[in-house]
Amino acid sequence: MDRAFAIICLGITLIAVLALALLLASILIAGFPGLSWSFIERYASRIPEQAGIKAPLFGSIWVASICAIVALPVGVATAVYLEEFAAKNRFTNFLRINISNLAGVPSIVYGILGLTLFVRMFGLFGPIQNPAFEIGGETFAIYYDSTGEPLRVPVTSRNETPSLTTGSIGYIQDVLDGPDGELIFTNNWVPIPLTIVNVDTEFTPAYGVISAIDVVEPIDYEIQKPWYYVQFPFGQTVLAGGLTLMLVVLPVVIISSQEALRSVPRSLRAGSMAMGATRLQTVFRVTLPASIPMIMTGAILAMSRAIGEAAPILVLGVALFITDVPQSLMDAFTVLPMQIYNWTSRPQEEFRALAATGIIVLLVVLLAFNAIAVLIRQKFSRPLQ
Amino acid sequence: MSPTSPTGTRPPMPSTNAPEPRNRGTKIVALQPHVNPIEPTNPPEVCIRCRSLNSWYGDLQALHSVGLDIPKNRVSAFIGPSGCGKSTLLRWFNRMNDTIPSARAEGEITLDGRNLLDPRCDVVDLRRRVGMVFQKPNPFPKSIFDNVAFGPRLHRRYSRLDLESLVEQSLRRAAIWDEVKDRLDQSALGLSGGQQQRLCIARAIAIGPEVLLMDEPCSALDPRSTSAIEDLIRNLRDQYTIVIVTHNMQQAARVSDRTAFFYNGALIESNETDLIFTNPAHRETEDYVSGRFG
Repeated sequence: MDRAFAIICLGITLIAVLALALLLASILIAGFPGLSWSFIERYASRIPEQAGIKAPLFGSIWVASICAIVALPVGVATAVYLEEFAAKNRFTNFLRINISNLAGVPSIVYGILGLTLFVRMFGLFGPIQNPAFEIGGETFAIYYDSTGEPLRVPVTSRNETPSLTTGSIGYIQDVLDGPDGELIFTNNWVPIPLTIVNVDTEFTPAYGVISAIDVVEPIDYEIQKPWYYVQFPFGQTVLAGGLTLMLVVLPVVIISSQEALRSVPRSLRAGSMAMGATRLQTVFRVTLPASIPMIMTGAILAMSRAIGEAAPILVLGVALFITDVPQSLMDAFTVLPMQIYNWTSRPQEEFRALAATGIIVLLVVLLAFNAIAVLIRQKFSRPLQ
Repeated sequence: MSPTSPTGTRPPMPSTNAPEPRNRGTKIVALQPHVNPIEPTNPPEVCIRCRSLNSWYGDLQALHSVGLDIPKNRVSAFIGPSGCGKSTLLRWFNRMNDTIPSARAEGEITLDGRNLLDPRCDVVDLRRRVGMVFQKPNPFPKSIFDNVAFGPRLHRRYSRLDLESLVEQSLRRAAIWDEVKDRLDQSALGLSGGQQQRLCIARAIAIGPEVLLMDEPCSALDPRSTSAIEDLIRNLRDQYTIVIVTHNMQQAARVSDRTAFFYNGALIESNETDLIFTNPAHRETEDYVSGRFG
C-alpha cells in the first residue's frame, strides 16, 4: 500500500517536471537559433529578420529596478510597523486583513489603478501631452532656417513664445567634417548669439552661422530630459510602469517581510531591550538583520512576478513600437512580456520564432535578478550561519 | 541615551581584576560599576528597595504588596513554586514587563532613591544600570565580538581599540575569554549552551551595570555548565548586585547570600540564606525548602 502510494506521488511529480522540461525544450528548439547579439542589439521592426529586443529588454530592466527600489523599502517599512510598533487593535487588524486581500487581487486591476493614479493622475494636472508641472527638464522652442537646420532657443514653458532680440542666445547643432568630406551632425549644441534682422534687409549667410529665419512662431517645442526629469501627470512612462508593478508586488513583499520578522525569536528582542536598546535600535540592529535572508527570499519571488507581468502594463496603454532605450524616468518604454505577446499574435511564422527567442531572454533576465537577490541574501546571512 | 559618557567618572580598574592588555596604550573603559566595590559590612547597603508593590497581568494579580530590600554587592535568590511571581518581580527591576501590554504595577521600587516605576523614569538608562540574563541563552545571530560589543555600541561611539579591550575584559570577567579568544569573529550560535549563557553574561556586564538580574540562568543547561555559571556568579558578587531567580533550591543555597521565598504572589519570608534553609520562620517556607511541595 505504502509503496503504491509513493509510486503514485512520484508519477504525479514527474508529470509536472516533464511538462516543464517539454516546455523548456520546445522553447529552446524554436528560439535558440534566433539568439544572437544582433537580436539583443536591434529595436522593433516590421521585418522579422531585422527585429530585435533591445527596447523591451532595457524597458524591463528599468521598470523592474524602479519597482524594486520603491517596493522593498515601502514593503519592509510597512511590515516593521505592523509587526514591531502597531498596537493590536481593530484598525491594525483591518490593515492586516486588507493587505492579505490585496495580495490576491488580479494584476490587471492594479493596471487600471496605475493608469488612473500614475499615468493620468486623475486628470488633476491636465492632459499627458501638456503636463501642468515639469521638474528638471529644459524646454526649448525650435525654429528652422531656410535650409531646414534647427535652432533652439531656451524658454521656460511649452506655452511661451520667446521674444527674440539681437544678442539672445540660441543653440545650433555642432557640425563636424566627416572623413569623406561629408558633414556629421553631432548631439552637441553650441550656444550662439543671435542677430535679428529685418526680413526685408539684405542678409548674406556666412558658413557655420545660421542663416536668416523669419522670426514668427516657433515651429515646435522640445524638452531635454536628464534622467531625473519628472512631469505631472507621469504619462505612459517608465516611472508610471515601475510604480504600477510596485502596486502589484507590494502586498507580497509586505506579507513575506511580516512572516520574516515574526520568525525572529522574541527572546532576541528581549535581549536587546534589556540592554537599553530602544525599539528602533532593536529593529535596526537585531530584528531586521536576523530576518533579511527571509525578506530577500520573498522579494525574489515578488520581483520574478513583476518581471513576468504583462497585464498591468498592457492596461497602461504603452506604445509597442519603441525605437529607443529609456534615458530618463519620463521616457516611453515597453517590457519583455508585452513584446513576446505581440510577436506571438502576429500571423507570420518568423515572429513566433522571435517570440521563443524573446522568452529565452526573459528567462535569462529573471535568473539574473534572482542571482542578484541570492547574492545579497548570502552576503547578509553569512554571520548568521 | 545619556549625553555624558557612561564611563567618564568611573575610577580606574583595580589591576587585580583584569590584567592590562599587553602592547596597547589604550585606556580601560566601561566595566566598573558606577560605584566603587565596597568591603562587605554589616548590615549591607540597600541597592533596590521595594515597598508595597502590587502587580497585575490584566485582571490577574501577580504580586501582592511585596516589600523587600536587595542588598548591594550580594547575591539574592528568589525561590518559590512556578507562578509565584518571582520572575514578575525580577522583571519589574528593569521594567522588562513594559514589553507585555497587559502588565502594570503599583507601589514603589527605588534604586538610588528614585522610584523606577515612575513614568518619567528613563527606561533606557535604567536598563543600562540593571542588566539582565535570561532563562534560555539568547545570543544574537552575530559574531561573538559583535554580541559583546552590542550594548556599548548602543550607547556611545567607541574607537576600535577601546571596544576590543572592553570586549576582552567583559569576556574575561565572564570566564569565557580563553574558550573564545581565537574565534571572536565566528558566530555566537556555534557555542555550546553553557558558553552561550556565559557570553550573555559577558554581554550584560559590557555595559557596566550595577545590578545583574538572572532569570533562571541555568535551567536550560547541563550540570557542568551550571557549575561554571555558579562559580561565575560567586566571582561577580563583589562587583555587582546580583538577583537570581531559581527553581533549584540547592543552587540558591550554593550561590546566594540572601534568599526570598515567594508563594502565590506574596513574599512569605526573606532572610540570610543559611537561616532560610536551616531555620525558616514560616511553615510554607519549611515545606518548600524541605521538598514537601513545589
